[in-house]
Amino acid sequence: MKIPATQAIMECLLEQDVDTVFGYPGGTILNLYDELYRYQDRIHHVLTAHEQGAAHAADGYARSTGKVGVCFATSGPGATNLTTGIATAYLDSSPVVFITCNVGENLLGKDAFQEVDITGIAMPITKATFLVRDAQTIPDVMRQAFAVAASGRPGPVLIDFLKNVTAPSIEIEYEFIPWQQNRTCASIQDLNRSHQLKNPEPDRQDVETLLEMIAQAERPLLLCGGGVVRGRANRQFREFAEKLDAPVAITVMGGGGFPGGHPLTTGMIGMHGSRASNQACAECDLLIAVGCRFSDRVALDPATFAKQAKIVQIDIDRAEIDKNVLTDHHIIGSARRVLEMLNANLPQYDHTAWKEHILPLRAPSVAEDTPVLTPQQVLEVLRTQAPEDAIVATDVGQHQMWAIKYLHFNYPGQLLTSGGFGTMGFGLGAAIGAQIGNPDKRVLHITGDGCFRMNCHELSTVEHYGLPIITVVFNNGTLGMVRQWQSLIYGKRYSATTLDRGPDFVKLAEAYGLRGFRVTCRAEMEEALAQALSCGTGAVIDCMLDMDEMVRPMVAAGSPITDFLLD
Amino acid sequence: MKKEFNTVRKLYTLCILVEDVPGVLSQVSRLFSRKGYNIESIVSGATDKPGITRISIEIMCEELMIEQIAAQCRKLLPVKAVKILDEETCIRREIALIKVRAEDRAARNEIIQLVNIFRAKVIDVGKESLTIWVFGSQSKNTALIETLEDFGILEIAKTGTIAIERGQSTIYDESKLREEYEFGKNVR
Repeated sequence: MKIPATQAIMECLLEQDVDTVFGYPGGTILNLYDELYRYQDRIHHVLTAHEQGAAHAADGYARSTGKVGVCFATSGPGATNLTTGIATAYLDSSPVVFITCNVGENLLGKDAFQEVDITGIAMPITKATFLVRDAQTIPDVMRQAFAVAASGRPGPVLIDFLKNVTAPSIEIEYEFIPWQQNRTCASIQDLNRSHQLKNPEPDRQDVETLLEMIAQAERPLLLCGGGVVRGRANRQFREFAEKLDAPVAITVMGGGGFPGGHPLTTGMIGMHGSRASNQACAECDLLIAVGCRFSDRVALDPATFAKQAKIVQIDIDRAEIDKNVLTDHHIIGSARRVLEMLNANLPQYDHTAWKEHILPLRAPSVAEDTPVLTPQQVLEVLRTQAPEDAIVATDVGQHQMWAIKYLHFNYPGQLLTSGGFGTMGFGLGAAIGAQIGNPDKRVLHITGDGCFRMNCHELSTVEHYGLPIITVVFNNGTLGMVRQWQSLIYGKRYSATTLDRGPDFVKLAEAYGLRGFRVTCRAEMEEALAQALSCGTGAVIDCMLDMDEMVRPMVAAGSPITDFLLD
Repeated sequence: MKKEFNTVRKLYTLCILVEDVPGVLSQVSRLFSRKGYNIESIVSGATDKPGITRISIEIMCEELMIEQIAAQCRKLLPVKAVKILDEETCIRREIALIKVRAEDRAARNEIIQLVNIFRAKVIDVGKESLTIWVFGSQSKNTALIETLEDFGILEIAKTGTIAIERGQSTIYDESKLREEYEFGKNVR
């Protein structure tokens, strides 16, 4: 059947069960938006205030739902505004298909109005980029793009259509094939053969070897990484941890992969890791890292990292093996499949002595009763008053570390945070995406005053689409994490970190048609949150905090993991 | 046991089979530049399979680094096969075209004699210059160039190094093209 090229693009989105796209229109992508107008009953378009917000929203949608996110933008500045969002998705392995349009073939490479080589720019921050010059290839490219984004280690993909390819006069041969079947199309199969779009099947011998290593270990430690979350392997991981009866340290990206309140968990590991996690890492004799790439925030000093231990890495991406930390053994495969195979042959262990040594190191997490508001009080109020399954999107900095330390995440997609790229301004976009993908859940956006300022214009999106997102601003009048480094390492020279300026976040919220609250003590926080939870619209709670509050504990970058700079 | 990596820098040749699509060369070369490594030479040419190009990259680095670059390279969509070759396991060759000053008969004769010793060829004769074609290992070509320097070299055009494994094994042995290539198998 011959149909217009733009219609084929929409049909290809429907093939993949896409019902929501985030984006921002412009000159070269007009043809696509014109077609979207005809498809508005089936494809819901969310217009953000800025392309970056759209990119983060698509990312947050993908992370919270487990589906592939889709984001549209126009050529030139529209496309470059996406790049921070693309890189954020890439570093955290989030499956998003970015669709941009470029100038027409006749103008390509002539520095035309709003022209930029976005496939070139996006090359280092995507799994693949496609420049579509021939309309006939649209179905193949779309199917490949979604297959690549979602399979193996997920990640972003960018498709750039030339404007002439989307011209209304162009018709192509097209047949609707649902995604479950189109993975067997000839064009995808070709890709399949060369690139293994299936998840690799773990090697049985490798699994046996690990089981033997486990049998010999006396002090095993489990590391729950982002792979457990992306692979939705939380059930298998929990079963594994309970059978192994070992402490579990959770990386920032692993939040939600293992219940935060579980008796075996030792909390975060790494730079701001708990004493229990970091000490366990230094003392264990077997470290099993699942879906974790030992980033420099976890393995601060690769040479001394878990130096008494045999290190085992379970990862879907072979390129991660031996990249940051040299390992003693590894298994290639999806976290879920590998853990299933391990669980099938794993007896119940008892490591009571080791647990009794490590678990008491966990700090009690009860907020002190002080007249001035503390970050821990804010989070305790959130933990007790907000629904337990509320999705939490954070920005980057002190508030992020506090949120991850003091809140409990129980399922994959409950914590949305930019762990790899550390993108300030990620939170609100991600919260929007998560709320749209999960209309039944409560979404909390935890941010700092610095981060919030970066993308607070997305409050207009929150208001327009009637999203009941609650933004909690940790307002300490400074770029807290940078100030913390300046305090500890730079002789208290606070260069360009003091935010002694507007806006008034309460008035800002009201200007966008949302509720605004300012809180200075615990009681006010409780009252404001209760109102925000019941008011039905989006709200901003501006929490006034002390600027010298620090994230504890802390290990300096590059130091051995137990050399605490701060207790 | 942790894998032992050779920490001595040496010359590796990375041979890569890729689909011939736009941008593939920059995708591959980017992997080196992002790690701050300078490519010694890079050659791209057709293979016996239509639509498949072979890229040979020569680089001075440590074993761990070349292994990591190769692993990243295998993840690229257009890449079909990657093989790391080092001095002991492969044959390397390059071609150089050398334009050398030859103003009088004596110089000309002497150059031609040298060219014969090196099994090179004179491929163009000008009034005051000779152009020489030499094919061989890098050390041989360098030796010829050094001896010709006495006459005055006007211009040199060199290909990069191409390399192929000794013996029966081929790049396809570890290729993503082959069905039996198992992604899940161990690297070692």
